[in-house]
Amino acid sequence: MIVAVEEKITTSADKTIDAKGYWVTPGLIDVHVHLREPGYEYKETIKTGSRAAAKGGYTTICCMPNTNPVIDNEILVEYIKMKAEREAIVNVLPIGSITKGQKGEELANIGKMAQAGICAISEDGKSVMNAGLLKKAMKYVSMFNLPVFSHCEDPTLVGGGVMNAGEMAERMGMKGIGADSEEVIVARDIILARNTGVKLHICHISTAGSVQLVREAKQRGEAVSAEVCPHHFSLTDEAVEDYDANTKMNPPLRSAEDVKSLKEGLKDNTIEIIATDHAPHHMDEKNCEYDRAAFGIVGLETALPLGITHLVEENILTPMELIEKMSTNPAKLLGIDKGSLQVGKIADITIIDPDEEYAIDVNTFASKSKNSPFHGHWVKGRVKYTIVGGKIVLNNGELV
Amino acid sequence: MLRRKDILGIRDLNCEEILHILETAKDMKEKIGNKKAREKSLQNFSVVTLFYENSTRTRMSFALAGEYLGAEVADLGVATSSVNKGESLVDTGITLDQMGIDIMVIRHSMSGAANVLARNVRASVINAGDGVNEHPTQALLDLYTIFEKKKNFKDLKVAIIGDIIHSRVARSNVFGLTKLGAHVVVGGPSTLISKNMEYLGAKVTTDIKEALRDADIVMGLRIQLERQKGGLFPDLREYRGLFGIDEEMLKYAKADALLMHPGPVNRGIELSTEIIDGHQSVINEQVKNGVAVRMALLHLLAEERKRNEDTHSKWTHTRSFIQNRWDQRYTG
Repeated sequence: MIVAVEEKITTSADKTIDAKGYWVTPGLIDVHVHLREPGYEYKETIKTGSRAAAKGGYTTICCMPNTNPVIDNEILVEYIKMKAEREAIVNVLPIGSITKGQKGEELANIGKMAQAGICAISEDGKSVMNAGLLKKAMKYVSMFNLPVFSHCEDPTLVGGGVMNAGEMAERMGMKGIGADSEEVIVARDIILARNTGVKLHICHISTAGSVQLVREAKQRGEAVSAEVCPHHFSLTDEAVEDYDANTKMNPPLRSAEDVKSLKEGLKDNTIEIIATDHAPHHMDEKNCEYDRAAFGIVGLETALPLGITHLVEENILTPMELIEKMSTNPAKLLGIDKGSLQVGKIADITIIDPDEEYAIDVNTFASKSKNSPFHGHWVKGRVKYTIVGGKIVLNNGELV
Repeated sequence: MLRRKDILGIRDLNCEEILHILETAKDMKEKIGNKKAREKSLQNFSVVTLFYENSTRTRMSFALAGEYLGAEVADLGVATSSVNKGESLVDTGITLDQMGIDIMVIRHSMSGAANVLARNVRASVINAGDGVNEHPTQALLDLYTIFEKKKNFKDLKVAIIGDIIHSRVARSNVFGLTKLGAHVVVGGPSTLISKNMEYLGAKVTTDIKEALRDADIVMGLRIQLERQKGGLFPDLREYRGLFGIDEEMLKYAKADALLMHPGPVNRGIELSTEIIDGHQSVINEQVKNGVAVRMALLHLLAEERKRNEDTHSKWTHTRSFIQNRWDQRYTG
């Protein structure tokens, strides 16, 4: 527990950390992580994913249900909680699926999962294409006061695309994913969520049009929030050069115009959350034909430096605003008593050296997977300490 | 001299490199008919063709080109190989690499497949068509054919007509022709053509007469019959009526315009039989030039490999070597 926040603390302590010149922030919270367990332990496990989180300064992570089996009932929620209790070094909050087996046919055991302690429901990885069913799910989940996380993608418009549609896809000779495939579902879900009383959270928005749709919904006073991933504001589709599948993710890296709009959306707080969409994949799933490669990149260990480098250094956000989007606002969305350093709160704390400069090296990642397009990317800012519930799990940059 | 390990696309080549390949092809062409003059520059070299898609012209001409230059040429029958047991492209490449193959010629249904193979193997890789991306050797033989007849590319008007959106031949030609100073117009039905082609420097139109008007070169593309099922045009009768080229249509082009087609051609659909066999057609010469151009590429890559022999022999074909390559791309 945090017992005092003062300029001069006289109480004695077991351990003192000299954080001169560092930022001392509430522990970071990531609402969008794929831990891959159960089912895909060769990519990541609850244990390794939580270690990656600690290295990235995260004290709480929410894990998506697109595992095998899909997290669609309370037994699986209990399993994740039990594994996390035993093996994770940060807090893990499971997210339940919206439909059974993510098949889009019938509702998952949302109520039972709510009792077991899920923090949200999501069909992540795809949209519930049956609008009527989604609307019922929204109404149903509203009685448990859980948000709906919406992955927005109409597969009929994606049509086998693998990167952003536009000039770069044309140069590369690859099928493009247009902004429309994302935006029609963002618009649809905003409309569906009205009058259901549910908190709608739009995952990983990537296009200028999506930002505008969310902005307008907020202006109308609707309960909509949105997250952006660090890669979507740090890179454009130019990075796909050379068919390196470490640049393949869904939604794809977009155009410079979209990046500009995302940054504007961050600045005017249309986008109040930064989430990683940490999506570990094995090297074999990336060192192959681009069309065949898996979508997704790891993000837990690069999010904070990318935020500092591309948002704070470029004067898009103040340091305080960055941390709000990575801790305070996610806590608000989840309705959990975290994301603040007030006296009496649980001691989830992150200590950051904002000035250290270095090149990202995937070989230093604690994550089991190294699929990142940021290898060699020059960044500023390093997490030095991560403290979870008063326990130091990252000590001067080293996992304990 | 061509200072490259691989030939992956026209997009990567500069003007000088393209012209150098065409000049080399000219020498090669003279030697095709004269067995004694053939230089065995690929003696002790091994070439494998690795075709994940069907081919007559490209595969045969690579095989002949290799043999004319004295190489050992083998074909990996993909359909009867371990690819059918699920072996990945990268593992297939590594396996062939271990056998000491010098040059791999790959055709694959996915864009960028040749690039992926190239960065995982020690051998030189030639892209013989990857997805809807590029078909550089076809474009080079087209360029050679134009070069031979027109002597120059500057300000030539080239009309490419047909299924542009699915055509790696069209794309490679647009890259090459625009680099060499020609003007390219692509024409076809709006469902088989993309405005984005303008990013590559081509003019885009659905008006075929406009595309053909005063053209120096008319290039037809094969319309794949399965596109009809995809809802991209109603039927072949309509396609032929609106976008097929016959003697009347060809009159919109210059009187000395050349008619080209990469083959295989659907007679009477994208081109009428009369013009395929007419005096403006260079379709058969394209095939002949294909061997010369491929000889040129094999010769140039082999020369470059000889020049780098020392460095190559130091490379070991292990997983860690590949991991290094994988990393070097970021740090190097």
